[in-house]
Formats: sequence, C-alpha cells, structure tokens
Amino acid sequence: MSTAGTIALAPACASGFGWRLLRAWPATVVSIALILALPVFTIFSFVFYPAGDVWHHLVATVLTDYVLNSLLLMTGVAAGTLLIGVSTAWLTTHCEFPGRGFFVWTLLLPLSIPAYIIAYTYTGILDFAGPVQTALRSWFHWSAGEYWFPDVRSIWGAVAMLSLVLYPYVYLLARSAFLEQSVAISDASRLLGASPLTSFRRVALPMARPAIIAGLSLALMETLADYGTVQYFGVSTFTTGIFRTWFGLGDSSAAAQLSALLLSFVFILMVLERWSRHRAQFYHVGSRSQPLRPYALRGWRRWLAVAVCLVPLLLGFLLPAAQLAWWTQETAAEMLDRQFMQLMLNSFSLAAAAAFLAVLLAVVIAYGKRLHPTRIVAASARVAGMGYAIPGTVIAVGVMLPLAWLDNSIDAWFRQYFSVSTGLWLSGTLFALMFAYLVRFLAVSLQTVESGLTKVRPSMDDAARSLGYSPAQVLRLIHLPIVRGSLLTASLIVFVDVLKELPATLILRPFNFNTLAVRTYELASDERLADSSSAALAIVLVGLLPVILLSRSIAHTRATDRPVAVTPGPRSAET
Amino acid sequence: MRGTRNLLRHLLLVLPVLVATPGAPAAATDSDPQVNVYSARKEALIKPLLNRFTEQSGIRVNLVTGKADALLKRLESEGTNTPADVLITVDAGRLHRAKTAGLLTPVSSAVLEQMIPPPYRDPDGLWFGLSLRLRPLMISRDRVDPAALSRYEDLADPAWRNKICVRSSDNIYNQSLVASMIAAHGEAGTEKWARGLVANFARPPRGGDRDQIKAVAAGECDIALANTYYLGRMENSKKQEERMAAASVFILWPNQQGRGAHVNVSGAGVVRYAPHPGNAVKLLEFLVSDEAQRFYADSNYEYPVRSGVKANDTLRAWGEFKAESLNVSVLGENNAAAVMLMDRAGWK
Repeated sequence: MSTAGTIALAPACASGFGWRLLRAWPATVVSIALILALPVFTIFSFVFYPAGDVWHHLVATVLTDYVLNSLLLMTGVAAGTLLIGVSTAWLTTHCEFPGRGFFVWTLLLPLSIPAYIIAYTYTGILDFAGPVQTALRSWFHWSAGEYWFPDVRSIWGAVAMLSLVLYPYVYLLARSAFLEQSVAISDASRLLGASPLTSFRRVALPMARPAIIAGLSLALMETLADYGTVQYFGVSTFTTGIFRTWFGLGDSSAAAQLSALLLSFVFILMVLERWSRHRAQFYHVGSRSQPLRPYALRGWRRWLAVAVCLVPLLLGFLLPAAQLAWWTQETAAEMLDRQFMQLMLNSFSLAAAAAFLAVLLAVVIAYGKRLHPTRIVAASARVAGMGYAIPGTVIAVGVMLPLAWLDNSIDAWFRQYFSVSTGLWLSGTLFALMFAYLVRFLAVSLQTVESGLTKVRPSMDDAARSLGYSPAQVLRLIHLPIVRGSLLTASLIVFVDVLKELPATLILRPFNFNTLAVRTYELASDERLADSSSAALAIVLVGLLPVILLSRSIAHTRATDRPVAVTPGPRSAET
Repeated sequence: MRGTRNLLRHLLLVLPVLVATPGAPAAATDSDPQVNVYSARKEALIKPLLNRFTEQSGIRVNLVTGKADALLKRLESEGTNTPADVLITVDAGRLHRAKTAGLLTPVSSAVLEQMIPPPYRDPDGLWFGLSLRLRPLMISRDRVDPAALSRYEDLADPAWRNKICVRSSDNIYNQSLVASMIAAHGEAGTEKWARGLVANFARPPRGGDRDQIKAVAAGECDIALANTYYLGRMENSKKQEERMAAASVFILWPNQQGRGAHVNVSGAGVVRYAPHPGNAVKLLEFLVSDEAQRFYADSNYEYPVRSGVKANDTLRAWGEFKAESLNVSVLGENNAAAVMLMDRAGWK
C-alpha cells in the first residue's frame, strides 16, 4: 500500500521468502493477531461438531427473525448514529453558535452510559406504569387501551437507545477528521462560491469519509454484539439467539454456527469499510496551518444548531443521568459502602491498563501493516479486530477454553516431571480478563489508529527512511506526533468500553473481585434498578474524567499541530 | 510444593494491572480454613450469609458471582485444577446440567438429607435445594374474579384473549414452568397449551417479572405470571407506587386440586474436583440451618426449603398453598424440549 513497503519488498523477494517472514514487524503483527484470534477460532472449532436437530429447528422457527431483526437494527442504528454524529461533528468544528465550546465535549458524554442502562432508564420513564403515561392518563382521564403511545420496548426503541449511546463513536472520529482537515481546503471551496453546506457536502464530508465509516462500523459492531438492550426489549437478534441456543438448548455447535453467521455480517461491514477507504485516500501535505475560522451562524440557524446539538445530549445523557441521580439520592445511603471506592478503583485500573495495552498493540499492528502491506499482514490485522462484534460471553468462553487448556497442560507436565502441581496460572486471574478485553476491543483502537495513520502521507515515511531513520524511529518521530489525537481518541474509547464491559468481566474475574459494571448488572438484572443506579452513575462519572481530559487534549492537539494543506485526490496504489 | 506454586504465581504478577488483584486462593488442602464459591446467586443475596458462615466456622469464603451457564463453562474448562468447591445456582435446571456434565460430586450428609424434602434435592445426592421459588398466577384484584380460573391450563382459555402478561421465553423460570407442564401433559399437550397462552398475550413478552406485575397494576393486562419474591420486594419497597402496584394484584395459587403450584429451587452442589470438599459440605449444611433459612425469607421473600422455619410476615400473608411434588431435576431434563416447544408456539 505505501511506497516504503513496496521498496522494502523488492530486496526481500530477492533474498528469499522465508527470511522475509522472519522480519521483526510482520512477524510481530502476525503473532499478535494469531494470539488474539485464538478465542474466535476456538468458538469456530465448534462449527465442525455435528449440529443435527437443533440447527434444523432454528432454521424452521426463529432464524428468519434473528436475521431480519439484526438487519433492521443495524440499518436503524446506522441511520441514527450518522445523522447525529456527523451533523454535530461538523457544526462544532465549522460553525460558531452559542454554547459551541460546551457541546464539543458534552456531546461525548452519552458514550459513558452503557446501552442496557439507558434502556432500563427509559423503560422506567416511558412505559405504561411510568411517570409520563401515568401523568397523561390522569390529565386527560384516559384509561388503558384508549390512546396510543409509542412502545419503547420494541425494535425501534432499541434502535433509538443504541443510536443515542453509540453516536459518539461517529462524532468523535468525524470530528477529529474535520479538525485535521485543512482550512485552506474549506477556504478554497468557499472562495469558489460554495455555501458552508455545499462545502460540507462536496469537500469536508468526502474527505472525512474513512473516519466516519470507521466510527460507524464501530457503532454497528457494538450493535451486533449488544445483548442487554435487545434482551430486555424482547427483540430476537443473533445475540439473544446465540445465548438461547447455547444455554437454553445446550447446543454449543449450533450456537457456534449462529456466531459464524453473525461474523459474516461483520465481514460485510469490514469489506464495506475497506471499499470506502480504497475509493479515496487523502493525505496532509504539511503540518502548519492557519487556525480554523468557524463560520458564524446567524438568526434562526444559530438556534437550529443549538437544537441539533442539544437534543442528543439531552436524550442521550442529561435525562437518563438525571433519572439515575434521582434514584441514587433515594438509595445512596445503603449502596455507598466501604466497598464502593474499591469498586471504582478496580474499574478504573482495569480500564486504564486495557486502554494502554490496546493502543500499544494497535500502533504496532497498524504501523506494521503500513511498513509491510503484504496480504498476510493485512489479513492478520483484520483477524485481530474480529472480536469486537462478538458478544462478550462468547468471547469469554473462547478465552477460557484455550487458557484453561494451557494451564492444565503445564500442570500435567510439571506433575509428570517434577511431581509438582502448578494449578491454574492464567485462568481466573486478571490476565485472562485483560486478554479478553484486548480480543474484544482491539478493533476499536485499531480502527482509530489506522484511520489516523492514513492521513500521514507515505512520502513522509520515504523521506525519513531515505535520511537513514529506522522504521521504529520514523514511527516515534513522525507518525506518533502527527496521530497523537487519534491515539488519545483510541485510548478514550477503549477505556470507556472496558469500564462498561460486563459479560466477560463477570465470568473471567478472579475471586472476590468486583467492578462497577458487575455491581450495576447484579442489581439491575435482579430488577432493583434504583439500587443499581449509584454504581451506574459511578460508571458515568468515572468515565467522564477521561472524556473531559481527552477532549481537552484533542482540542489542544489541534491548536499546536495544525496541518496546513491537504492534497485531495484518489490515492494511487503503490506509486 | 506450595512454595513453588506461589513463586510461579508471583512471577505472573509483573503485569501492571495485577496491582489490584486480591489474593488468589492458594493451597489445596482441606485443613486450610477456606472455601471457594462459584455463585449464580447475586452477591447481595448470598454475601451476608457467607459472612455469617465465616464468623461461625472461621472458614474464609472466596466468591465469584456470574451467570450460571458461564460458571458451568468455567468449571468445565478448569477441569481437575478448578479452585471452586461449591456451585450455587438459582434454578434446578442448571444444577441438573452440572450433574450431567459430571461437574459435581455426591455428598452424603445426614443433616442435608434430613432437612431437605426429597423433591427438592437430587436423588443421587449431587445437589441440594436451599430455597423455593414459586411461580403462581398474579391477578388483578379489581378486574378478575378469582373463581374464574384455578389452573395454569386455564391460561390457554380464549376467554383470556389479550389479558395475559408474561416475560420472554428466554427466561429460565418460564422454561422451567413449561418443563413441568411437559411432565404433566407431554410435549404435544403442552405445545397446544402454549399456543393458546401465546394467543392470549396482551403484548409481546418483554421486561422482567416485576414489569408484568406492574402491567397488571396499570391495567395493561389482567393476569401475570411471576415469581413471588418479586411481589414480596414490591410490597416492601420504599417507593409508594411500587407498594401500590403490588397491592392491586392478588396471588392465585394454581392447580391446588391437582399437582400444585409450580416450584423451582435455588440450590448448590459440591464440585467434583473441589480442593476443600470438607469445608464445602460444612457450608451447605450451614445454608440449611434455621438462621440461614430465615435469611432467604427475610432478605428476599423466598420460601425456606426446610419446613418449620418461622415464617416471614410477607410470606404468611400470601397464605398456605400446595406446591408440586415433582422432583425438580425433571425441570432440567425437560429444559431443551421446553425451549424448542416455546419457539414453535411463537412465545418470543
């Protein structure tokens, strides 16, 4: 793909293929990918067990529902997140209106609310027995069945809930793409007579497309993996089907076949993303530019812009957080015990460690791919990111089986030769948990880092390499400073994702180790929503800290590293 | 031996994240005063009991909670090296599954056998019920004449079209109820019943048991199927609207002239490769003690498995009833058939 890679390829071919594979970067990338793909492969190995009756039963009864509902859900969430994410990202970067600086970071806040929590919260507010309908009935003297009210616990409710908490992925990536776009381009388009809207549609949007699609595919993968919301709303999708087949019917091979079908959806997403990136690639030419001059909106447009930003913030964060806060003040006295600080500490350190490792691995993989864009390296990168769309419980089982096998083999070996039992080293430790997080969330950091790296022109690599820098030096001195914003974004998303992660944490954690998400789930799933609210609110608050910190850093990055100009134009492969 | 193992364990601690690791349970001898528990019962509903056990016996309890199926998978994959001694679940189906997967070991304890009636424990002594979970009909006090129905079978009567609320068939308690129907009527008869029931749903299944009760209170439907402890929690809620919702329904104990109301158990078994089997049995015996049995009723409004325990006020108000005498292991045996049947009947 990159020039550097092509040049490096030539002597390698001459010196023999075997030697080439042993080169440090590609070898590292391939081994990381293989290790991270282990759980997915483990699950897939069940496909080869005979499925028999259960599979026929699924096809005859519920499979059509699973496929249609999953497709509807994805389409709806795609529309919702694009609409909210792109419009707010563009408004906050290119326009000036009251409260813009406030919206820049507050629009990220819904990211800290787990989808199943927002689902529970809105159900509490909107269902038949909730305050809204009860108030309507008493005002208008309606009784049951006499009036129509939209049912939040439906597939459209699920679309709304997921869109409200997942749009920040699109917003975040679209915004950093818009920010990194040069002022000169938008100025040029404006000079040529384009209105701000035309300039957005014809110039900014196509240039930001790789980032937007990357954000969208994260949101969609998360949608596919969602279990809590769809289960609570009674929408049958692939995830609910997998659980039901595996646990209700006790058939792991039919469940694995469902997982395989689910993964084929993911592959389609990946291909779409690839395809959209291949059609157009844009690079920055330099690293200095004039500050972005936002277009000042006037009259009703200002207030429209305020409304466009306020609505997702209100519905995606303020309202549910207010409800949680209300419940918390009712129950805090009982729920905020000594353990609570420990829960916060556990959650925070797990999330921070996972975010660091995920970004580190993502940089290694993305850069390795850039250096050696061979088919095997590219495939490895893709394989390493597959875990994101797989439900956490399935990943957890995929992590557990190989680790326990390894533990038990080591134990058997030690018993045989040293008569010493080593027990379980990896299973049931935080290592297993961290491994599961990386499998599940590497896609997040990888997508973000990769889309960041696409904006660094390959000729910069070439120049630096021809001046005698090693690939590692190029990475450290050129790429990392340029994509610092993307790295921060990546670590932010992984951090918050791990903070909210539930199923893998629940099943892989060591004895006597709880997190905020575990506490929230235990109480919420026991239908003690009000009691769970203090832990839920704490997830939101702990998640808030890095959101604020990082959104500031991203803004700061913009202020110091201004790219001057961008060469738009299709990226010709291998120049 | 223990030294080597601890050394190896400590080598692993180099990962920065492990700073927060609590001490992992170490040695595998029964003289070690600890016991390791995998529990599908929520922490809040078991931890106070475990703490009490530690106070009484001096045996430290290490706990992991999680979903039953995932805990079973964890036990299975850890195999002979599992640190777990006791598996606690909230339904008989999973205990049965643990038994058939060979994850449990038989226990012979005079205390357990004497305290727990035979229908509520495994015939081979692999697991023991610790509390009872009843799933009766909950009907609207205002809109339903309690004389109009008396059996689960009546729910399929077209007279109740658009009147019934029940949660999804993903829920284990619904699966168990259908499994017990299969035991009573066979698969074909039960499927016919399930189709009639589905036709009577007031709305597509969604939400939890409490949501069904609230829907009856709000007038969306007239009859709900729910476990009693959810009603108990609502009756004792600090929120007035929850208490009012609970007051508007009435527990109708079904099939009192016949097989009795459907009952499931929360229970426990000793893990086959338990490093501390002796302590595990001690814990089980503690869980059927008078004190522990009262905890189930007082903290969560479940019925004690052992008769003669001083009843809780909430439970007493619901009246006497006859429960099914079917051995609850049948619920596990019929589970897969029940799930498929519900799929065919269109029970979402």
